[in-house]
Amino acid sequence: MGRRRRPRGVKGTVTAPIETTGAAAEAQPEAVLQGVEGKKIVGRSLGQIAWLRFKRDKVAVAGAIVVILLILVAALSRPIQSWLGLDPNSPNRDLIDPNTTLPSGDFGGMSWDHPLGVDPKFGRDLFARVLEGSWVSLIVAFGATLLSVAIGTVLGVVAGFYRGRVDSLISRLMDVFLAFPLLLFAIAISASLQGGAFGLEGLPLHISVLIFVIGFFNWPYMGRIVRAQTLSLREREFVDAARGMGARGPFILFRELLPNLVGPIIVYSTLLIPSNILFEAALSFLGVGIQPPQASWGGMLNQAVKYYEVDPQYMIVPGLAIFITVLAFNLLGDGLRDALDPRSR
Amino acid sequence: MTETEETGVVAGTTDESAAPLLRVRGLVRHFPITKGLLKRQVGAVQAVDGIDFEVRPGETLGVVGESGCGKSTMGRLITRLDEPTGGTIEFEGRDITHLPPGKLRPMRRDVQMIFQDPYGSLNPRHTIGGIVGTPFRLQGVEPEGGLKKEVQRLLELVGLSPEHYNRYPHEFSGGQRQRIGIARALALKPKLVVADEPVSALDVSIQAQVVNLMDDLQDELGLTYVIIAHDLSVIRHVSDRIAVMYLGKIVELADRKSLYEAPMHPYTKALLSAVPVPDPKRRTQRDRILLKGDVPSPIDPPSGCRFRTRCWKATEVCATTEPPLVALRTGHEVACHHPENAPDGARDDEPAKTA
Repeated sequence: MGRRRRPRGVKGTVTAPIETTGAAAEAQPEAVLQGVEGKKIVGRSLGQIAWLRFKRDKVAVAGAIVVILLILVAALSRPIQSWLGLDPNSPNRDLIDPNTTLPSGDFGGMSWDHPLGVDPKFGRDLFARVLEGSWVSLIVAFGATLLSVAIGTVLGVVAGFYRGRVDSLISRLMDVFLAFPLLLFAIAISASLQGGAFGLEGLPLHISVLIFVIGFFNWPYMGRIVRAQTLSLREREFVDAARGMGARGPFILFRELLPNLVGPIIVYSTLLIPSNILFEAALSFLGVGIQPPQASWGGMLNQAVKYYEVDPQYMIVPGLAIFITVLAFNLLGDGLRDALDPRSR
Repeated sequence: MTETEETGVVAGTTDESAAPLLRVRGLVRHFPITKGLLKRQVGAVQAVDGIDFEVRPGETLGVVGESGCGKSTMGRLITRLDEPTGGTIEFEGRDITHLPPGKLRPMRRDVQMIFQDPYGSLNPRHTIGGIVGTPFRLQGVEPEGGLKKEVQRLLELVGLSPEHYNRYPHEFSGGQRQRIGIARALALKPKLVVADEPVSALDVSIQAQVVNLMDDLQDELGLTYVIIAHDLSVIRHVSDRIAVMYLGKIVELADRKSLYEAPMHPYTKALLSAVPVPDPKRRTQRDRILLKGDVPSPIDPPSGCRFRTRCWKATEVCATTEPPLVALRTGHEVACHHPENAPDGARDDEPAKTA
């Protein structure tokens, strides 16, 4: 031990090792601790840095505020309705012109009682119906996204981490799911489950079917992203370092890899939500999603098609609701991506 | 530690009595090249192709060679991050060549690795305290005085402030990160530390700090190092003995002094002549050996001596017979038919037809 037979320092052709005094070496960390003006520099985690970056992005912050408001409104939609004394399904036949079945007032029957007007034929309050549709839309979008993220993350991580045959199998499975005629499948499944299934019927059944259909067929997008990230992460040296310390597979997966995957997973889920909202609207528009008389944005658009020339108000209201929601989620998602992964900009 | 007798070649001048900490015999790692749907093997990259060496307790073995000569693969093999294709690795007399991960775990405590890339080797999502504390958690070791205190002691040991405990890797410079990597490697008081290009990613001024830190820690903790590098000055500074690798083989293995003063293998001589000389007057005096051509492909290495395609001394015998690694002087092993600074092994041989 300790057989140092030579003086340390510059000698002969040694170019690299130059003696540094202990004082200089020790002074260095302090120099880093102190800022230029002697201001104490605070240690920040990657999450805090991402938050600072995110706060600077005004558009994304606006998107986030709208999203938070939407979620609040959707979650409290029933209490708000009862507080305002609204009912999305109560008809107001007195507001309907019996000859044309259109709302009798201007702009689709706008009034102080019905700020967004009423729908043709029944005279139901559009504000109440949009409010009611919001929670349906969001619950389906969130549920379906959660399902895709859960399946996609687990299978993506497993495929990327174990590679080989497992990867081939899961990747082919993703291809199969992506090749599936999703719309036809959705129509078929909704039609066959119309009566009731799994002890559910009516609205809970429709919502569950929508969540299942959308979530179960969207996971390959998430899976591919997670798999690609895992493939690149597992080659990093810190994985080797963990293995060199005796880490088992699960430790590497959960402690070393997953924390690095959280960023992309959050970003792509926020971008998946708006596409799922649109998908829910599309399915309801086609009549295989939420069934009337339950209010839903897609279902309202479906009804509005018949009246778009004579009562455009009816189409504009749910259309705007979808537009604002999707836009807000997309802006939030883009902002999150820039904040969490600045290199992808 | 049961085996003490020397096998095959006579090795070493110092501490011959001490049993080697690590003994490597005929170590081979071939990476298969597969083709087609059925993954038919069509060849192999012979990254490490039969190397023998020993590491004695307390010494520093430097491993040097060009890019792609198999140094890093060798390092990954002796830390068992990779599975050898053939040969044996003995650590403290125990064969660890093909131990399954479960049985390998206790050994992991004694063999640690310092990595090349200080940016890739620390998980960006973990705090410094978490990173340096990971070995304790993984090995189920409860240090005296608690984990946090021990981690802070380690940080101080490598010249970082204990206050850095809750910081993240991205807040540190390359040199500081490398210190963190060293603290992590030393956490469990290993016996053998394998450092794969520990300073090549750092600034020259920082290289000195890290090299000297490793030196001091060796004195303090009685560590044994295997340091892999391509920088001859770094190797010269830190090593007691040096192994020169070329295309998956060790071509020369000698103690530092005799290797630098009287290299025997033509490749070593060429390597040493490439070291930059800071004195312009001396620079013109010495004769530089410029090697022609590229390193041959490790998929299809030359027959006989692997260096013969670029060697100015190559003869017929070099193409037909592979020179064994033998000790031509005590503690100076070389694999060459026509060694420098030593009697020629095949003087009467026909000169090679192709250079």
